[in-house]
Formats: sequence, structure tokens, C-alpha cells
Amino acid sequence: MSDLNTQRRQFLKTSLGAAAVAIAPGMLLFDTAHGKAEAGSSKVRWGMLIDTAQCKDGCNDCVTACNKENGLSGGTAATDSQWIRKIELKDIRSGRELSLPMMCQHCEEPPCVDVCPTAASFKRADGIVLVDRHRCIGCRYCMMACPYKARSFVHEPLQDQKPDVPRGKGTVESCTLCVHRLDKGQQNTACAEACKNKAILFGNLNDENSEIAQKIRSVASVQVRADLQLNPGIRYQGL
Amino acid sequence: MADLTALRFRNRLYYVLLAAGGLVALAGLYAVHMMESHGHIITGMNNQIVWGMPHVFAIFLIVAASGVLNVASIGSVFGKSIYKARAPLASLLSIAMLAGGLTVLMLDLGRPDRLMVAATNYNPTSVFAWNVLLYSGMFSLVAIYLWTMMERRMNQWSKPAGLAVFAWRFILTTGTGLIFAFLTARQAYGSALLPPMFIVLSFAWGLAVFHVVQKVIYAWNEKTLDPAILQRTKNLLGIFVIGSMYLVATYHLTNLYFAHQSGFEHFILVDGGVYPTLFWWGYVVLGNLLPLLLIYLPGLGKTGCVVAASLLVVAGAFALLYVFIIGGQAYPLNIFPGFTVSSSFGDGQIASYHPSIYEFLLGLGGLAIAFIITTVSVRVLNFMPQDKAYIPD
Ligand code: SF4
Ligand code: SF4
Repeated sequence: MSDLNTQRRQFLKTSLGAAAVAIAPGMLLFDTAHGKAEAGSSKVRWGMLIDTAQCKDGCNDCVTACNKENGLSGGTAATDSQWIRKIELKDIRSGRELSLPMMCQHCEEPPCVDVCPTAASFKRADGIVLVDRHRCIGCRYCMMACPYKARSFVHEPLQDQKPDVPRGKGTVESCTLCVHRLDKGQQNTACAEACKNKAILFGNLNDENSEIAQKIRSVASVQVRADLQLNPGIRYQGL
Repeated sequence: MADLTALRFRNRLYYVLLAAGGLVALAGLYAVHMMESHGHIITGMNNQIVWGMPHVFAIFLIVAASGVLNVASIGSVFGKSIYKARAPLASLLSIAMLAGGLTVLMLDLGRPDRLMVAATNYNPTSVFAWNVLLYSGMFSLVAIYLWTMMERRMNQWSKPAGLAVFAWRFILTTGTGLIFAFLTARQAYGSALLPPMFIVLSFAWGLAVFHVVQKVIYAWNEKTLDPAILQRTKNLLGIFVIGSMYLVATYHLTNLYFAHQSGFEHFILVDGGVYPTLFWWGYVVLGNLLPLLLIYLPGLGKTGCVVAASLLVVAGAFALLYVFIIGGQAYPLNIFPGFTVSSSFGDGQIASYHPSIYEFLLGLGGLAIAFIITTVSVRVLNFMPQDKAYIPD
């Protein structure tokens, strides 16, 4: 079984290589924008471990930080973009209440990428799932396909965009795991940095010495809707 | 002399009709222009209901475009002469509706100006991308098929061309069903029953549209349709309506059987407000039961009844698609099974949707395109069914 898994992974890597050739033009654009030559390596799988016990009900710091970092308006109308949102949960049986941030889960098997007709949705070698804003035609099929409702459609013309974070009316967008920071060599996302309670731990899942990898080995964590077998890079503790 | 006046009147009427169609199409273009400059903010669509009224129109047109070919297939593939005589008209309607539907789909895109991107960057795993191939293939196949029927020297090829069309449209409607069937995370979709359901629905919708158009063309040419012919096609419509009702019922029953879907079914069938109303009154009663009565009740079933039944089937189609597409998105995604949830992004809440005038204009524009293509073609070429003295076969 694990042999099969490695084979499958190998196959995935090869196909990723092929995909990389296909999306090279978009990546080139992307990379020149940030002055970095190589766009993520497969030795890295960026991910997060979110500790719901630390996440405070009513606290919105991660959301505010994300909006600021990425130049989102912060509006919460049904037509506004929300890359990250706080969800308040209540266990139907026990009545236990908890609160957690939800954003693109950066699936290893992302349905949004599968369904995208133009391959505008793509997954980088380091596991980050992105939308190439030069290629997205705005069909919204990826929004229909995402099990986590992680994506937003830009319903209006935009002003005052961040130079690091390209966006555009008529295209779909979602959490980028602050890829512009990572590609500049920074090691943390805006939301994780903003959380006073250290509820969000960001890091490289593939590096067994990283804090996140060690913690995932030692505490019980789950993936949301693990039954869909998408292997998201975001894990939750205490859910 | 009287004849001449009548002819003049009809000529004028033709241009009036064409102008009316053109105006509606223009209104659709205006809506597109507004959506282009203001963004989708002026529609009722939002981040929860991402596909709205334009998709209801577009999917109706595309599904009916495939189904109307059934008339042609029964003629070419099964050699029934009354259907054969109707194959050219059916093919024309198919092309016209496909053109209308695809135009709506494309103009609703966030970036319709990037259509070339869609053509040049092909993602082979995307059902959407497959559908692009299926649609363009269907266009060419039906065009070839029409040519083999209209051009006498090509007649010998019309049977194989008809066969190809027959196969292609099955795949095409399967593809349309798959667009939804692949959305496994959504309670409303992700069912293997969707492709067959869409195929049978397409039969009913296509034949209904055909009946209406045929009636208009006969009236225009001051001919009456042989009641024996109508008798047969109306029975076929009845069978398709029953068949599609059966599949729609099976789809809901299987959903009810899976415990995790029962909340969704309850929403759509019982307490979801506009959706159960549209489903029961719009689709079941107006779109199915009433047409069946009009077709089968003794004493009814004459031309007028069949046309009325067909119009009702079309209205029912819109009701069903509205419930399916919009109701399916309005019901909240179950991201955390076992928990009640709330957020600023509509988690755990029924999403609200109020279609705007622009969406209707765009959808009606698509209908207008289909109308114009049909009207002009019927005028310049001979699409009038040529029935021989009726031979039962
Ligand atoms: S969470 Fe949604 S948008 Fe993010 S990778 Fe998974 S399917 Fe795609
Ligand atoms: S909206 Fe854009 S990213 Fe999403 S599926 Fe369509 S083209 Fe791809």
C-alpha cells in the first residue's frame, strides 16, 4: 500500500513536472514580479496547524491582517472577497463551542484545479494552490467545486491594489498562503503572525525537523472533510 | 389580390418579428456591456450563488438543443418517415439553441474577453473543457448532417451523419450532467444519476420546443398538420415527460436514502420557500401533470392542447433548472458535519439570491439569438416538413 502510494506520488511529481512546463509562462510572469527565479520546490510542502483551543471566539485578528496584507476591502457583503473567515462552531451533540479560521486548505488533490477549464487554477511544487489572474476567465466552476467554499469572485472593479498581490475584476481569488512573502524568503504568513494566541502555526510539512512537522507527529490533528481524501495542507487541532 | 395582401402582411410580420428578436438580443448585449463595466455586482449572483439566472437559460438551451435532435435521430437511425421529414427542422433548431445557450454562458464569464485563453490553454481534466470540445463538435456534426439532408447529392451520407449526431448528442448531454455530477462535495450534485436524468429531460424539452416551432411554421405556411402525425409525436412527448419525472423522482429518492442528504432534500421539497413551490407547482404540476392531462385526457390532445402542453413543459423546465442550479447552491455546504456553524461568509445559512434584470436580459438575449437564427433560416431555406401521404411505419 505504501509502495503504491510512493508510486502514485512519483507519478504525480512527474505529471507536475509536465504541468510546470505548461504553466511556465504564467509562472514566469509571477516570478519576475517578485524577483525570484525558482518558484517553490517539491521538498517543501507549506501548511498550517491551527489549534482551535487557542483560537478565541470573537477575535478577528487573522482576518484583519489578511485583508491588510492582500489589499482586500474587509467588507463582508455577499459579493465581497473573503480569503479567510472566522467560523463559530457548536457541536450538535455535546454543545461544545469553538471558533476557528477557515481559508483555502491548499489541497494536495485540489478539485478546483481539476475542474478549471483554462488551467488558471494550479498547484505549485511546494503545495500552494493559486489562481493565475492572467488566465482566469471567471467561469466560477472552481468555486462550485471547492468543498471548503474558500474562493471569492471579484464582483467589482478594484482600486489601490497591492503591487505584490495582483487581483482583478471578473476573476476568482483565494488565500495564497502569502506566497509573495515566502518567495521573498520570509517564513510566515500575515495571519499566523497576527495571531496573539499563537493559534496558527505555519511551516514546512515536509521538513521533519520543522516545528509544525514535529507538532503534527505529537498531537492529534485532523483535516477538515478528510473523507473527501483531498489531503489539505491545513490541519486542525482540537476539532 | 387578397392573396397578395396576405403575402404583404406576412412579409411585414416577418420583419416585425425579426426586429423584435433583434431588439431583445440588443437588450442582452446591453446587459453584457453593463456587466462588463460594473462587474457582476449588478447581477444577483454573489460568492454563495455563483451561478444564477444566465445559467438557467444557458443550460435549458443547451440541453434542449441536444434533445431536439431526437426527432432527427428517430428519422435517420430508426428510419421512421414522419420523423425523417422533420429532421432538417430539428437540426436547425439544435444549432440555433446551442448558439443561443453558448453565447449566454460565454458572455456571463467574468472575463469574456479572454475566450481565446480558454481555447489555447486546455486543461484535460476539466469537465468544462471537455464540454467546449463537445459543443463545437456538435455544431460541426449537425451542420454536416443538415448539409447531407439539404443537398441532394449528399443524401446518401445522411444516414451515417445522422448516426454520428445520434451518438454525439448522448455524449454531449452526459457531459452537461457531469458538470454537476463531479461536484462531489455539494449535497445537491455529485450524483451518478445526473447524466441519465439530463438525457431524458433533454428528450422532453427538445420535443416540446419542436412542437411549438412546428406549429408556428405550419400556421405561417397556412398548412395544417396531419392529426395522425401529431398523435404520434404527442404520445412520444407524453412518454418522455413520464420518463423524466421518473428520473427526477429517483434522484430525489436516492438522496433521501442517504441520511446526510436528507436535510438538503427537506429544504428543496418541503421548507425551502421558493424552491419547493417552484418544484411542486412549477415543475411537477405545471411542467408534468398538466401537460400529461392535455395530452392523454380523452377529448383533449388536439393541436392546441399539444402546443399548450409543450409550452408548459418548457416552463416546467425553467422551474426545475432554477431549483436544481440555484436551490442546489442556496443550501449551505456541509463543511463541518456534526456541528452547527456561522460566519461572515454565509456558512450554515441558506444563501439568498435575487436575480437582477441584467441576468434576465442576458438569458432572453440567448433565446433571441436562437429565435433569429431559426426565423431567418426558415425564411431563406426550406425547412418545412415535407410529408408524403401518411404511411404508418
Ligand atoms: S480548499 Fe478549495 S480552493 Fe483551496 S485547494 Fe482545496 S479545493 Fe482548491
Ligand atoms: S473561475 Fe478562473 S480559476 Fe476558477 S475554474 Fe474558472 S477559469 Fe479556472
